[in-house]
Amino acid sequence: MLRDITLGQYYNTSSPLHRMDPRTKILWVIYYMVLLFVANSVWEYLIIALFTAAIVKISNVPLSFITRGLRPIAMLMMFTVALNLFMNPMGNTLWQWGFLRITDTGVITAAKMAVRLVMLIIGSSLLTLTTSPIVLTGGIERLLAPFRKFGLPSHEIAMMMSIALRFIPTLMEETDKIIKAQTSRGADFESGGVIRRVRAMVPILVPLFVGAFRRADELAVAMECRCYRGGGGRTSLREFAFEQVDFLALVWAVVLLAAIVAVKVVL
Amino acid sequence: MIKTENLSFAYSGDEGVIKVLNQLNIEIQTGEFVAVLGHNGSGKSTFAKQLNAILTPGEGKVTVFGIDTSLEENVYELRKNVGMVFQNPDNQIVATIVEEDVAFGLENLGVPREEMRRRVDEALKTVRMYDYRHHAPHLLSGGQKQRVAIAGILAMEPKCIVLDEPTAMLDPIGRDEVLETISRLNKEKGITIVLITHYMDEAVKAGRCIVMDKGQVVMDGEPTEIFPRVEELRALGLDVPQATELIYELKKRGVNIGANILQSDDCIKVIKKFYDIIKSQSFMARKNKKVTRASILPEQTIKPTLFKLKNINYTYNKDEPSARVALKDVSLQLRDGDFVGLIGHTGSGKSTLMQVLAGLLPPIGGELVIDGQGFPDYKSAAREIRRRVGLVFQYPEHQLFEETVYKDIAFGPTNQGLSGNELDERVREAAKRVNLPDELLEKSPFDLSGGQKRRAAIAGVVAMKPELLILDEPTAGLDPEGRDELLAMLKDLHGDWCKTIVLVSHSMEDIAKTVNTVAVMNRGSLVMLGSVAEVFSRGEELREMGLNTPQISRIIDGLIAAGLPLRRDIFTVEAAAEAIAGLIGGRKNA
Repeated sequence: MLRDITLGQYYNTSSPLHRMDPRTKILWVIYYMVLLFVANSVWEYLIIALFTAAIVKISNVPLSFITRGLRPIAMLMMFTVALNLFMNPMGNTLWQWGFLRITDTGVITAAKMAVRLVMLIIGSSLLTLTTSPIVLTGGIERLLAPFRKFGLPSHEIAMMMSIALRFIPTLMEETDKIIKAQTSRGADFESGGVIRRVRAMVPILVPLFVGAFRRADELAVAMECRCYRGGGGRTSLREFAFEQVDFLALVWAVVLLAAIVAVKVVL
Repeated sequence: MIKTENLSFAYSGDEGVIKVLNQLNIEIQTGEFVAVLGHNGSGKSTFAKQLNAILTPGEGKVTVFGIDTSLEENVYELRKNVGMVFQNPDNQIVATIVEEDVAFGLENLGVPREEMRRRVDEALKTVRMYDYRHHAPHLLSGGQKQRVAIAGILAMEPKCIVLDEPTAMLDPIGRDEVLETISRLNKEKGITIVLITHYMDEAVKAGRCIVMDKGQVVMDGEPTEIFPRVEELRALGLDVPQATELIYELKKRGVNIGANILQSDDCIKVIKKFYDIIKSQSFMARKNKKVTRASILPEQTIKPTLFKLKNINYTYNKDEPSARVALKDVSLQLRDGDFVGLIGHTGSGKSTLMQVLAGLLPPIGGELVIDGQGFPDYKSAAREIRRRVGLVFQYPEHQLFEETVYKDIAFGPTNQGLSGNELDERVREAAKRVNLPDELLEKSPFDLSGGQKRRAAIAGVVAMKPELLILDEPTAGLDPEGRDELLAMLKDLHGDWCKTIVLVSHSMEDIAKTVNTVAVMNRGSLVMLGSVAEVFSRGEELREMGLNTPQISRIIDGLIAAGLPLRRDIFTVEAAAEAIAGLIGGRKNA
């Protein structure tokens, strides 16, 4: 049933990573990405890979959930690897067939590329796997808050995101019902050419939009009734406080940076 | 204290200015529990919205706990004191986690965190939803969602809560939960309650009823004063509780019971007393005249079977850990010409069964036969099944999409391949059958009134002339008059237009009035199938399944238990009045 869907890909369990402040996690992912692109030697990659493996272990998320995130980008990855493998003009030729040529530099670049992509995906999906959408939204709101001074409506952005999250399951259920109702009236969504199929969507889309607007109206009134007046002067039930794990995360960040710098200096 | 003085309010719509409130004067004391009644369009909801300045007076004045609602600077102070709960539970929950939603109002008010935590927990405990504080709202039942909405208001510690038809979209269990909660808030916390409702059994629980019509108060008093005025209430398009109606009908038959009765228990007591007096008076007491108990077998008119389901099973999310069995070996026969009421609480498998019948959900195993023709391959036969079976979903007006009502009604028949004159005739006739006036056909369906939209949407299915018509809660959210009209319309359709009708409803009174056969679903199985008399005489079993019998048959059961020789197969107020009048010396056939 549609109402059983889970939002995003949050994996509900407990771990130090789940307990960590979302702001720390978001900043960490950005930091991690930068490191990945700064790193370019095998040793550096090895250090980051070891670190990533440790984090995966700590997160308590089953490996299958993490690799699931890799599936959608498998094609992209193969394409990138192939491009780097065959089209690299530099280095010594190892194998050649027509215009396809594999060089030693090509092999190394392709391998680096693959490792970099895989780690990038694992790192960022760890963020969404260990942080529920609502907490993530809250974290983004807090991180953007300083930019409010420059006219960025950080609270409004976060409020919109959270209302969207709240209504996705409701609207999915409604869509399912509308499709069934129109099917029962003989609507056919499967046969015919592209234009016919697009036109067949009208009986679904119109009621869906009308319904969404009706909901929006009602929700707006309900929010007004509960004294909603935008971001100014609001407090929050959810506490965002840096705790021990967050300091630990900082320590790790420094250690990782030091390791990478050391490798760069030594080699 | 809430006070409106000569309050008038008008909306300006496409058809000019519509005056909704007209010199309204209402005074509500702190701590009262007031039910506001009135048909759709009587101005109830507009009145409610005036109480927390969602709308402000056009003319006149509204004062709430000393605050003038027309002054802009008072608006948040006002809304803090007057909370509002709406009809649709989904459209008033903002956050994705229960406790965060409850905190929403407090966050807006800038309440410090520790204080907020305390109030949120307390509010959730009061509505008995504390255990669900970390849940996602979309996984809760309707009644639970409404209780969360109430908690969200409660956390703001208001002096008054206004509820605008809070139970209209709930099943009976949800309705009880919500009503129990608001009664308790009124009694234990002294919160003033203003409850707008169409359900008379809810209004009965209030300390005071206000009946509105054309933007004015037409009746105001305790429920025991209001409800015995049966004729006036009916003229206003309203209902009375069946207990009250029975007393009224008995009076009409010359039985002089002078009591103002609202509840079944009182009704039983009064009639019993009357019966005892009559019995002791009449010297030649009918010597325990043997009661011929009704044979509760349905009339065995041999009608051909139209629809047959055999051993139907269905499981949601099969092969997954979240698998949920919805139908277990359901076998069902619908005869040509049956008018079946399908009952069962939420989650009993009713809607799954409906969808299987309508060609929308391929069952896992089992057999489907229509008119002697078997459909072993459900999937490839689905289109054919859908041709012959029409399904009207709950709130069908939410599926309207065309530019005009005419085009919308024509959608189904066009898909069936009708065109030209035949199509035109079909559309117009269908509109006529659902009492939709011709001049509305060229209007946009979105410009119709609520009741008209509902009928237009039903016409869209009816126009396909299905052999079997299934309706899921077609009267949900309608006022009593709209509900009675709709049920009458269905009875009229039955027979010559749609041979067989299945009506799904939570209202046992509607079922008893309308259908001739009742099917009961419980936990995915069909547990009873028989005449109205057969099924409703098993009240005990029904109650165990979280269902009920009509109020009138509970009264009859009570009277039989008290020793009155009555037959058990009485399910309408009229029939009950006839039978009781016969016993206690009234005239028959009033």
